[in-house]
Amino acid sequence: MNRMGNKDPDQVFDVIYKEAERRNNEFLADPAPKIHLGMATCCVASGALETKKGFEEAFAEYHVEARIHTVGCMGHCYAGPFVIIDHPASGFPPIMYNQVDAGKARMLVKSFLVDGDPQLEYVYGAMQENDMLPSVMEFSRFNKEKRVILEKCGVIDPEDIYDYIAHGGYSSLVKALKLQPEAVIQEIQKSGLRGRGGAGFPTGRKWEFARQAPGQEKVVICNADEGDPGAYMDRLILESNPHQVIEGLAIAAHAVGARKAVIYVRAEYPLAVKTVTKAIHQATRLGLLGRHILGTGFDLEIDVFRGSGAFVCGEETALIQSIEGYRGMPQHRPPYPAIKGLFGYPTVINNVKTLASVTPIIDHGADWYRQIGTENTPGTAIFSVVGNVVHAGLVEIPMGVTLRSLIFDICGGIPNNKKFKAVQIGGPSGGCLSEEFLDTPIDFDSLTATGAMMGSGGMVVMDENSCMVEVSRYFLDFTQKESCGKCTFCRVGTHHLLKILERITKGEGRDGDIELLETLARDIKAGSLCGLGKTAPNPVLTSIRYFRKEYEAHIYEKRCPALMCRSMIGYYIDLEKCARGCDACVAVCPVDAIFTTRNRKKGIDQQLCVKCGECMAACPPQYDAVRRVSPPSLVPYVEKPPQEEKEKADGEISGG
Amino acid sequence: MAKFLVDNREIEADEGTILLQACLDHGIYIPNLCFVKGMDHPSASCRMCFVEVEGERQPVPSCTVKVKDGIVVKTDTPQVRQLQRTAFQLLMSVHDVDCANCPSNKKCELQRIAKFLKAPLKPRALEIYLKEPRIDESHPFLDYYPNRCVLCGRCVYTCGQRNAQSFLAFSKRGFNTVISFYGAADLSTLDCPNCHACVDVCPVGALVLKEPAKRTVPASSDLGLTPKPLEV
Repeated sequence: MNRMGNKDPDQVFDVIYKEAERRNNEFLADPAPKIHLGMATCCVASGALETKKGFEEAFAEYHVEARIHTVGCMGHCYAGPFVIIDHPASGFPPIMYNQVDAGKARMLVKSFLVDGDPQLEYVYGAMQENDMLPSVMEFSRFNKEKRVILEKCGVIDPEDIYDYIAHGGYSSLVKALKLQPEAVIQEIQKSGLRGRGGAGFPTGRKWEFARQAPGQEKVVICNADEGDPGAYMDRLILESNPHQVIEGLAIAAHAVGARKAVIYVRAEYPLAVKTVTKAIHQATRLGLLGRHILGTGFDLEIDVFRGSGAFVCGEETALIQSIEGYRGMPQHRPPYPAIKGLFGYPTVINNVKTLASVTPIIDHGADWYRQIGTENTPGTAIFSVVGNVVHAGLVEIPMGVTLRSLIFDICGGIPNNKKFKAVQIGGPSGGCLSEEFLDTPIDFDSLTATGAMMGSGGMVVMDENSCMVEVSRYFLDFTQKESCGKCTFCRVGTHHLLKILERITKGEGRDGDIELLETLARDIKAGSLCGLGKTAPNPVLTSIRYFRKEYEAHIYEKRCPALMCRSMIGYYIDLEKCARGCDACVAVCPVDAIFTTRNRKKGIDQQLCVKCGECMAACPPQYDAVRRVSPPSLVPYVEKPPQEEKEKADGEISGG
Repeated sequence: MAKFLVDNREIEADEGTILLQACLDHGIYIPNLCFVKGMDHPSASCRMCFVEVEGERQPVPSCTVKVKDGIVVKTDTPQVRQLQRTAFQLLMSVHDVDCANCPSNKKCELQRIAKFLKAPLKPRALEIYLKEPRIDESHPFLDYYPNRCVLCGRCVYTCGQRNAQSFLAFSKRGFNTVISFYGAADLSTLDCPNCHACVDVCPVGALVLKEPAKRTVPASSDLGLTPKPLEV
């Protein structure tokens, strides 16, 4: 037996844990105030770098001793950049502030850190229950979530492995290494974990296939080729807590008997690539990866592979082709990758969220995991809820919560007093569900039954001003561009679907288009080679099924009920409401289509109007005179005075 | 040897043979474009060779099925024909139907499939979308007609088999996918005029050898030289 390979992983890990604990205690014991600042891509995009600079400058200016603790993302994107100020000397609990720009940062340093006033009007909520301030846990956006995968996101510094270890990290790996690989697989099977990449295949079974497949060399791959428009769960996890994924990947490798692992992450996620690469280095340095992990006989080398941004490479066979250096084109299965995958070796490909779930399952046990979620789909789901919703961002909920509860309770419903119209789940592979499905519980089987699908967790909420035909067109435009071009149905079929939808949104729909869309869509679903083609028609099929009237209005009445498709709408100015002499709309019209009527109100020249809607936005709310209608034939006729009269009218005004 | 039923006819073939191959060998025609005899992992991209296999929920391409003893196969069910007709219509909706001026006329696989499926060469329900430019003349010895091409990939596969590395490849994405010429820094050093395996294997006449007078460089054989062995 190898001299290095027979140590007790507990003992080896204990040394590392003690060091992590020491560092953490030192951090906690430091009396200086701590600023926890979210620095994932989404917060950076909303200005977190300026906020950080604002704090640092203010510290220097006011001679404040304080520490900035950069963390990942908490998922509350509507509130970014967010900071949590922990200032124990003030007597207040840690407080969260939202939308903190550099100016606000400066103000908080002066009034809270220097003068001890937390500026109540800017407080979002306290991070602990207390009797001075409302706590964030009183909001349903916080208390209805169940964080299993995201538990440490926004809490720990993603670039500091000791921070992760001090919060319980890598103890699952120690546990797993003490178990036989079969026992690990059994635990995962018992937990009922299903792949979070979209299809929901039982993870334990996948691992078992690969373990039992003949061959000495096996490979595990973490699929972080997230590509759905509007979805960013995987990016956030890799940026905020890369070690939980790496730990899950190591447990998977131990279970299937792999010594090689790859994290396939898209190159468009530079921060995720940087963070995860750094995390691998740190883990290797501490002996948590590499040769003789924690003194045992288990070796694992993890490579980061940057994908070049083809959506189809999220499909596992195309992903493998891409790593092998070929064009990312899916191959027909069988053989499944678990039997014959990367370079012919049995390969397990798991989504980021699946692997990030493995770590807590091994930590707390399968029975604990089974208590969360539903019978057939235990555990949690992460959605990136975006679109017309008040509290957009990342939400982790137990499976089985209804769509209504997610959209209205947790995410605060639809803004601007508008009505809910549809929710698009599962990105370009998913479907649009109408109001009647709001009480559908969120789990793989219930969503599939509606014609949508769980997908990887993209959720777009749409209000009454969203046109379902246009939404379908948007998703088809995406899938047909991202089709690899290999199989006939997907390459040519989705192009036809797109062209028909384009025609309909331009008001050139014809009798029979709906039926043609339906037959084509059904054949594309049945005939395509890979998951992309098989699911690409879902947005069309579901929107026809649940919003058929809208298609009919476009085709037969040349009318867009949501008033969205430009060729089918018209703008006019309600002369009853228009204020004499006001010309707010005139100034913004890019094509000078707005004229002055004889009684010095405004009218729109329909010939010139490009229907941009600028006039509607510019019209002062007290008048609210601009109307949008469909079809454009509803626009009332307003007489445009001849040029000389206009000049005369102008002259009268200027003359007094 | 495995015995199995195709359209109620008993057939024998080696266990593990590709079903499409076994059917073709026994004179049972199943429309196909992308399959080349001897492929061990067919690309299954043309989506024409659908059959129904008992026990499967929906039609499957017969090039992805391995022969097993006792399987029951139907090649002409309504579902199979529906998928084949749609796939064929889709292919024809991007095809420049000009048979009289096509070198592949009368030996074209599309004509054969049209006859077999009793489907028109011009799809009625779908609009026609053709690519520009109509001809890619960039290769020194070959002309490529994207609006004839069905992107079956036979040429890519065959060139790879013949030369250990393919000098043809798919390029661009989605609807814009075409066959392009890669793999050699200087294509004029290749011995395409003598090989022309890609031209022979093309089911539709999308690849055509340039006439010697129109070649942009003389082929080694034109100069009476023995072709240089490929360095791969």
